[in-house]
Amino acid sequence: MTSTRLPFPGLRDVPASEAPQSRKDYTSDQEVRWCPGCGDYAVLAAVQGFLPELGLKRENIVFISGIGCSSRFPYYLDTFGMHSIHGRAPAIATGLATSRPDLSVWVVTGDGDALSIGGNHLIHALRRNVNMTILLFNNRIYGLTKGQYSPTSESGKITKSSPKGSPDSPLNPVSLALGAEASFVARTIDSDRQHLTSVLSAATAHRGTSLVEIYQNCPIFNDGAFDAVKNPETKADAVIPLVHGEPIRFGPKGEDGLGIRGIVRDPLSGSLRVVDVADVGADRILVHDAHAADPTTAFALSRLTGSGHLTQAPIGIFRSVERQTYDDVAREQVRSASEGITDRSTALDNLLHSGDTWTVV
Amino acid sequence: MPEAQATLATPNSTEPHRDTIHQLDRVVIRFAGDSGDGMQLTGSRFTQESAAFGNDLSTLPNFPAEIRAPQGTLPGVSSFQVHFADHNVLTPGDAPGVLVAMNPAALKANLADLAAGATIIVDTHDFTSRALKRIGYEENPLEDGTLDAYSVHAFDLTGLTVEAVKDFGLTRKDAARAKNMFALGLLSWMYSRPVESTLTFLERRFASSPQIRDANIAALKTGWNFGETTEAFAVKFEVKPAPMAPGTYRNITGNTALAYGLIAGSTQSGLPLFLGSYPITPASDILHELSKHKQFGVTTFQAEDEIAGVGAALGASFGGALGVTTTSGPGIALKAETIGLAVMLELPMVVVNVQRGGPSTGLPTKTEQADLLQAMFGRNGESPLPIIAPQSPADCFDAAVEAARIAVTYRTPVMLLSDGMLANGSEPWRIPELADLPRIDPDFATSPNHVNADGGPEFWPYLRDEQTLARPWALPGTAGLEHRIGGLEKADGHGNISYDPANHDHMVRIRQAKVERVAESLPPLQVDDPHGDAKLLVLGWGSTYGPIGAAVREVRDQGYAVAQAHLRHLNPFPKDLGTLLKRYEKVLVPEMNLGQLSLLLRAKYLVDVAGYNQVRGLPLRASELADAILQLVEPAGSGQNLTKESIG
Ligand code: SF4
Repeated sequence: MTSTRLPFPGLRDVPASEAPQSRKDYTSDQEVRWCPGCGDYAVLAAVQGFLPELGLKRENIVFISGIGCSSRFPYYLDTFGMHSIHGRAPAIATGLATSRPDLSVWVVTGDGDALSIGGNHLIHALRRNVNMTILLFNNRIYGLTKGQYSPTSESGKITKSSPKGSPDSPLNPVSLALGAEASFVARTIDSDRQHLTSVLSAATAHRGTSLVEIYQNCPIFNDGAFDAVKNPETKADAVIPLVHGEPIRFGPKGEDGLGIRGIVRDPLSGSLRVVDVADVGADRILVHDAHAADPTTAFALSRLTGSGHLTQAPIGIFRSVERQTYDDVAREQVRSASEGITDRSTALDNLLHSGDTWTVV
Repeated sequence: MPEAQATLATPNSTEPHRDTIHQLDRVVIRFAGDSGDGMQLTGSRFTQESAAFGNDLSTLPNFPAEIRAPQGTLPGVSSFQVHFADHNVLTPGDAPGVLVAMNPAALKANLADLAAGATIIVDTHDFTSRALKRIGYEENPLEDGTLDAYSVHAFDLTGLTVEAVKDFGLTRKDAARAKNMFALGLLSWMYSRPVESTLTFLERRFASSPQIRDANIAALKTGWNFGETTEAFAVKFEVKPAPMAPGTYRNITGNTALAYGLIAGSTQSGLPLFLGSYPITPASDILHELSKHKQFGVTTFQAEDEIAGVGAALGASFGGALGVTTTSGPGIALKAETIGLAVMLELPMVVVNVQRGGPSTGLPTKTEQADLLQAMFGRNGESPLPIIAPQSPADCFDAAVEAARIAVTYRTPVMLLSDGMLANGSEPWRIPELADLPRIDPDFATSPNHVNADGGPEFWPYLRDEQTLARPWALPGTAGLEHRIGGLEKADGHGNISYDPANHDHMVRIRQAKVERVAESLPPLQVDDPHGDAKLLVLGWGSTYGPIGAAVREVRDQGYAVAQAHLRHLNPFPKDLGTLLKRYEKVLVPEMNLGQLSLLLRAKYLVDVAGYNQVRGLPLRASELADAILQLVEPAGSGQNLTKESIG
């Protein structure tokens, strides 16, 4: 099945495949080695299902990862790939994406990789807005090194390296990305294949850096971290769905078929809070605008995510705006400078002879 | 010390008369002033004039790490030294025969370096008791006999400049700023330099502010006329042009030559150049230069940090660019892990280290060559990479082309070790014919190179070329060659992750063997042993080429035989190096470190080389090195031991 929605702005220069593709085309011959039940399997399956739908030339897709459980991802996809070093994938991808506009460049990273050791590269990739998609697998734990607290672990968390509870305070990846001027920020859940795929689709369509935080369960070292947003019994109360153009409502369905709770802006402080829709009236509920130029509301939405053990989180696309991309501008500078240069050797000869020269006979 | 003495034909001859022109064979001048006084510009214009006149020359700028250290202080002194001659010049000169001091601090900071009896031209304007006290002069050195041994021309240069430009309506401060051009005019007169190119330069530089342009031109001319009309300067000097090989020349600094060489490496290979770099002294000028030349398909990425600079370069290399990163020692420390990844991925990349004084932040604006062992071993695991070094500012061009050749041909990161002296120093450069540069063939993989068990085609990213041991470079976008690489150990051939002990041992050895294969492509070492009877070989690398050459020349002038060789390739060493070392009874290795090349030579060849080592942040002094060489060539019994300072 091809849905031929190409060309997306984000894939403007990436060639489309002539032949239809299947999931098999994207499956490498390598045995997948995550722990049984790891959320990474679900994401891999979703990506392997989504890529054939996208219909790009397979050889023009590159996955670059850092270090961590999720960073094994490229080995399992039959595209070009690089399993690089801890935290540096966004930097490596920046060089690749800038020099090769014909590639669809993906970064696979985790909470430790992207937010701890690679925090600097992440924020600068986001502010530059290089055309690539970053999948940030957030399991709120260090898995590969066997269970230390991570920069998204809740304060007080008991782990191997924090037997008395973690003294750290966690980062909120969405808030961080918005603060770093990200032009596309979304959050999704490993087990919600449909939502995950729709977010991937929007992220690849976007021109610039798309950051997708994926809540990913690590059954070995942090099982159940995201149960609130996954469990059918609690999910309605825990997931605050963000859909562009729709009022932000959640909770059990009310008479109008929408959630009985909603988000309103406090007129005095400007911050957002959860209310019972019945108390304020449906027309006062905030309508989500992912394309708002001002990121203030998107940031306020991101703050509705609890920082302790997760009980509630907005899920969906927080922000998607068009903004200048580093790589397009950098390439345009090279292109316009090269205009009229037909022969680089002659131009080089002229350069070497520029300035004050003299001749000895 | 003939190098120093040749400059001593000072202008205080007994009976000065107008229009006397003394012929000199060489002169070393140092322009010194406050860092805001424009001494670098003055020095480089004087250099340009000398180059245009046809002298051979070598320059050494020396400036503080601070952009504007407090005015009138010793740390704020900035200087520019130029050595020009009627013969081949190898170094910027040990001891200046002429000092131009624009303030008391410039005088104090440089006095100890001068040759005996040197000429000092000094601006008296700031010699107030307060200014003198500030830098620790209790008495005025112009009056208390401090300078009796020198030939001093002291006058209010600032005052004369302000007077000369008073008609241009500048503020007093702006008017005084033209004093460097007054000094340049005077020195240009003294040494019979043509000033036309400086006039054109000023017209262009200040085209948008005519007042400042006119004031600078007036100051330059007034300085010239001051020399001509003032009794004090009765004698002018001339240094005849030096014989040079036919060709077109320009003066060039090491950083500019290096940037041009990288562009040439890109055009010769047909690969777009991608520079990932983070600003750092003294390497930033390469970033600046390359960012001006996007017309060659050059992309310059100013990264968020050193790690991102090299990471982006490696990412670009993966995509088929000539990935380059430029930095100095502290930056290499940060890039080490990514360079290790490049070793593992076996992708081409050029890593430029413009060495400066270390460790840590060290001496950012001073020179040193103490990063050789860092280049060799500064990564985890067995992580070999080719290392090359330029020997002079202009040679940075060829070294950069060579780095690109090795990187692309052998699919490996290559470390290019320049240093602060090469980076900012300059010399005349005979512009090469592009046809003489090596062609570099990226030889991209275009089709599968292996057959799988079912007889179908497949691509093995680690199936090596038998000759070079290089692996195929398959670019994303090439159908059928999809593959994954990474920092985990790979099985040779198919390239899948492998934890097999035998495979790891094999891969460690093959990465080493691949680097050693580079030696197969190197020409034999050039040894300069005029009569073939020398017992001592002086072997160097990098920027010590000039001082070593000058010292060897001096020793030969005294009638002793000594051989000289210089290494461009530090890893792998040229294949004939071992034999060469064993051919000489003694080997002396001068370095601006505590004996890093010595260590490598001793380890590899079991040869008892002696070191001559100084780590002063400055180039080796040729005359001192000559003394050390003389101790080794003099008949036995007269002192086999090196001086304390020279034991490495
Ligand atoms: S440790 Fe956790 S995150 Fe890592 S593979 Fe196992 S389950 Fe997945």
